[in-house]
Amino acid sequence: MDNSISDNTFLLARKSDALHLRASLIQNIRIFFINKNFLEIETPVRIPAPAPEENIEALPSGDWFLQTSPELCMKRLLAAGYRLIFQLSKCFRAGERGKLHLPEFTMLEWYVAGFDYQQLMSQCEEMIISAACDLGFSNRLHWQGKQINLASPWERITVQQAFGKYAPVTMKEALRKGIFDEILVEHVEPNLGMNKPTFLYDYPASLGALARLKESDKSLAERFELYIGGLELANGFSELTDGGEQRQRFAKAQKLRAQKGYAAYPLPEKFLVALNDLPASAGIAVGIDRLAMLFAGVSSIDDIITFPPESL
Amino acid sequence: MYTASELKKGLRIKIDNDPYILTEFNFVKPGKGQALYRCKLKNMLNGNQFERTFRSVDTFETADLHEKKMQYLYKEEGKYCFMDNETYEQIYLTEEQMDDAKNFLIDNIEAEILLFEDKAIGISLPNFVDLTVTEAEPWAKGDTVSGATKPVKLQTGYTIQVPTFVNEGEKIRVDTRTGEYMTRVKG
Repeated sequence: MDNSISDNTFLLARKSDALHLRASLIQNIRIFFINKNFLEIETPVRIPAPAPEENIEALPSGDWFLQTSPELCMKRLLAAGYRLIFQLSKCFRAGERGKLHLPEFTMLEWYVAGFDYQQLMSQCEEMIISAACDLGFSNRLHWQGKQINLASPWERITVQQAFGKYAPVTMKEALRKGIFDEILVEHVEPNLGMNKPTFLYDYPASLGALARLKESDKSLAERFELYIGGLELANGFSELTDGGEQRQRFAKAQKLRAQKGYAAYPLPEKFLVALNDLPASAGIAVGIDRLAMLFAGVSSIDDIITFPPESL
Repeated sequence: MYTASELKKGLRIKIDNDPYILTEFNFVKPGKGQALYRCKLKNMLNGNQFERTFRSVDTFETADLHEKKMQYLYKEEGKYCFMDNETYEQIYLTEEQMDDAKNFLIDNIEAEILLFEDKAIGISLPNFVDLTVTEAEPWAKGDTVSGATKPVKLQTGYTIQVPTFVNEGEKIRVDTRTGEYMTRVKG
């Protein structure tokens, strides 16, 4: 009788079903975009100047940094006339570790010239329904005791409406008191995407550092997030195409970062120049590990990747 | 003193002069938002529980608790008796104060008895305890690579999930903090 199997091997062997599902998901996503004439691109993982964002911290790599997202390079391609592009890449964020967070994770990011955020929500919906169908799921998804109906159309609710519906304070009060994140996490997020996937949209302008502001209300950014079963899966927006305004927003973010004692990054100058050539467009990033978690029915991000950092 | 990012499940902190234990700890971070720590805390004196969200800049006082090594003697009328082997002092813990520890308690085991203002309020066992499997379905050869598990009963009556290759009569090491199977042990 062979009893020599080690416990680490046992843990890896147990992931077999989840890893097979993950691989199929990624293959189906590729086919979805190729069929729509998107160009799959690769941009450098090591970059000299990440976008300065108030709450996202890059990992240093020599004198440069590991990308926190491929956003800046992809928009430079968009500005150069590549109108339909997608990328699957590893992204890195310092200090992010939990049941739903890894310091190294896999991101799908795509951009469509000529789209706004509402059109991109529809395409995101189409992509995930198509992936679910290719994986053999009907319209129903079971995740952590929740039953989610994937049939189109998905729910769309503004941040303001969602606070009104689920939270003890309005969005504006939460912002004024500086407790927007707490209220979102405690009261709003747990209710999103419970019966149907939910797009939460029209974020406060201060929370959409690279997004276009809404023409009818400049206090809001044309940004959205996708939630399924309370799990945050994607972030997208209509792109800001004004290099001058982007420079001002980065300066503001740099100031906030300095107050918090975060590292100062050099400004991404070539990106800021290219932004003036950016056509009206929209882009979105989807956390592939989390999307795979949903289909595999697992509750921890560790269960859908081969090696969590602690296991190395 | 701890900062929120140093918090973890099982840590004991002091809030409003009471000792609290973190029973749940989740790192959360809404898109573009700040890192937050959603915690469930349990008052170690009265068992009251509540949820609270902390920020990474929040700091906490360490709960001033001390522990004393004592040996488990016996259980009587729902109370567990422990003795200090140097002073022969005996203390009793209730079923509630024992919490999960009762699932891993073996005769004469040495445990850390938790004292708050010299009153016994809880127990912590060694992180790993070796226990005998008293009831298990036999192992079906060829099951190992699928990574499947099965429930078995331990000498304390506790039911635990283990790999299918573990047999009745074998000893296994259990992590008393998580209640999960670690490995088999010889002997």
